[in-house]
Amino acid sequence: MKTEEAAQRARTPAHIRAVGLSKSYVQRAPFSHKKFAIDALLDVQLEVSPATLTALVGESGSGKSTLARCLAMLEKPDCGEIWFEGKEISRSGSWELAWLRPKIQMIHQDSAGALNPRFTAAQVIAEPLEIQRRESGPKLRSRVCELMEEVGLPANWADRRPLELSGGQRQRLAIARAIALKPAFLILDESLSGLDLSTQAQILNLLLDLQKAHSLTYLLISHDLSLVEQVADFVAVMHQGRMVEHGAGQDIFGSPRHAHTRELLGSVRLVESAFRAAQAGGQQ
Amino acid sequence: MNYLERRVIHGVLLLAGVSVLCFAFGVMAPGDFFDEMKLNPQISPATVAALRSQYGIDQPLPLRYGRWVESVLRGEWGYSFAYNCPVRSLLMVRAGNTLLLTTLATLLAWLIALPLGVWTANRRGRWDDRLGLAGTTLLLSVPELVIALVLLYLAVRTHALPAGGMVSVGFGGLGKQAQLIDLASHLVIPAATLVLASLPLLVRHIRASVLEVLQAPFVQAARAHGIGGARLLFRYVLPAAANPLSSLLGLSIGGLLSGSLLVEVITGWPGMGPLLLEASLARDVHVVIGAVMASTFFMIAGSMVADVLLVVLDPRVRLGST
Repeated sequence: MKTEEAAQRARTPAHIRAVGLSKSYVQRAPFSHKKFAIDALLDVQLEVSPATLTALVGESGSGKSTLARCLAMLEKPDCGEIWFEGKEISRSGSWELAWLRPKIQMIHQDSAGALNPRFTAAQVIAEPLEIQRRESGPKLRSRVCELMEEVGLPANWADRRPLELSGGQRQRLAIARAIALKPAFLILDESLSGLDLSTQAQILNLLLDLQKAHSLTYLLISHDLSLVEQVADFVAVMHQGRMVEHGAGQDIFGSPRHAHTRELLGSVRLVESAFRAAQAGGQQ
Repeated sequence: MNYLERRVIHGVLLLAGVSVLCFAFGVMAPGDFFDEMKLNPQISPATVAALRSQYGIDQPLPLRYGRWVESVLRGEWGYSFAYNCPVRSLLMVRAGNTLLLTTLATLLAWLIALPLGVWTANRRGRWDDRLGLAGTTLLLSVPELVIALVLLYLAVRTHALPAGGMVSVGFGGLGKQAQLIDLASHLVIPAATLVLASLPLLVRHIRASVLEVLQAPFVQAARAHGIGGARLLFRYVLPAAANPLSSLLGLSIGGLLSGSLLVEVITGWPGMGPLLLEASLARDVHVVIGAVMASTFFMIAGSMVADVLLVVLDPRVRLGST
């Protein structure tokens, strides 16, 4: 997406906004059993504009997944606010969550683990539709087949179990389940990792097509900075639980301001040049 | 040959192997049933030798094993020197008593442990989970023997329950309902001991299995779709947590005949425990072998039940085995 377009979208009200979000986990020391807190998130600010793709990058343990889980309302933050479509949702009760759940969906990295191994593909997709009472009976089955075809899975695979599908096919199934409830905001928690390059490209194209078709807002968590550079409208960089930099993708990659962002980009370039050198050595 | 047939053949071979080892160790151990008679001056060495010859104890080991196998095939399971009768008739009565006690105790333990384990896993880190953990730690650290003795002490002090045996004197003269009440009151102490002894392990295993599943990505994904409460528990969590628990259930079934021996001896329950103890002390070798073989049979059956349950419960195992 072009920078002007991204800038245009950035001017529109945020789809989801985290304000001063903090989350810590209390653990006990192995022998002394003394309690100590691990700060997973510290005063995090994040804005995601409607129908954009914001990438969340940072090293392992920087708090990306905790932030994603807080935004998906799978964990409650210790303090701070989460605003979604103009409503503060971080203190939502079970009634409000029932309204909210279908709108915010998450696609995990481990598609094999994220799908109930005991369910067939049809059951996997039908479950959220049934629980949200969107469809039932023959309409439910036809909606399931429709969704399977939309993500590129043949409808006659409806009775296959996740174990009988490849990694890419499982990820398509997870996407079908996620879009079944017509969400507005999708969190892709390293959803493209662990797939081979061609499957990664196919899934990415599918996600971008779905974004266009349904005006979806994406938050992509990834370690693959070259992929992020290509697809992200905005990039947010996390380091030790803090949001250290947040801006348009081209700005972050073109002129990183924070030392950690420069370090992160530098390490990727170092690996790339080492890889090229190794490739050149192999060809000689 | 299908999976079940393979498992049955494997089980039969295992039983044969255990019988050889058990027979060899039982017979080769120093001393035999008639050694005590040698100390009695009223019994002449010739009489002892005649008795040894009559029961075939003076014969070589392979021949004795062959005769024992022959008696197993006849359904007698050897001959008890002490009771002067085939082992089968002895074992059947005692095993029946043991199974009555252990089946009830195992059923009760699972019925209590399952909801308790699921509850504490769902309440992880909260006061009720901590209370459950403290309770199970306390029970784990108290030996079965101490639990039985405390319960017996309470029974003796309060006269609320009979402190030993299986039925009261004059049981035969009671009506059906009174007989049932009498038997149930005698069951309380040994069954409660077995339940309290096995409960902490079961609760902890169930809690750990459920906790692992609760953190599984597919359960998190289900939660994100708004699936919760009983639907999440019964359609997602429990079926997935059932895999390790089916192995545990197999172990529980396997221990039905051998897991209560000590408790039976302490509480005077006329099951396999006192029989095995008496037979071991008296070197009534065929009874010992018979009891061990019966326990092994239950162990093998328990492990087969666990394997079959795993195949039935988990489609991944079914797909993997085809």
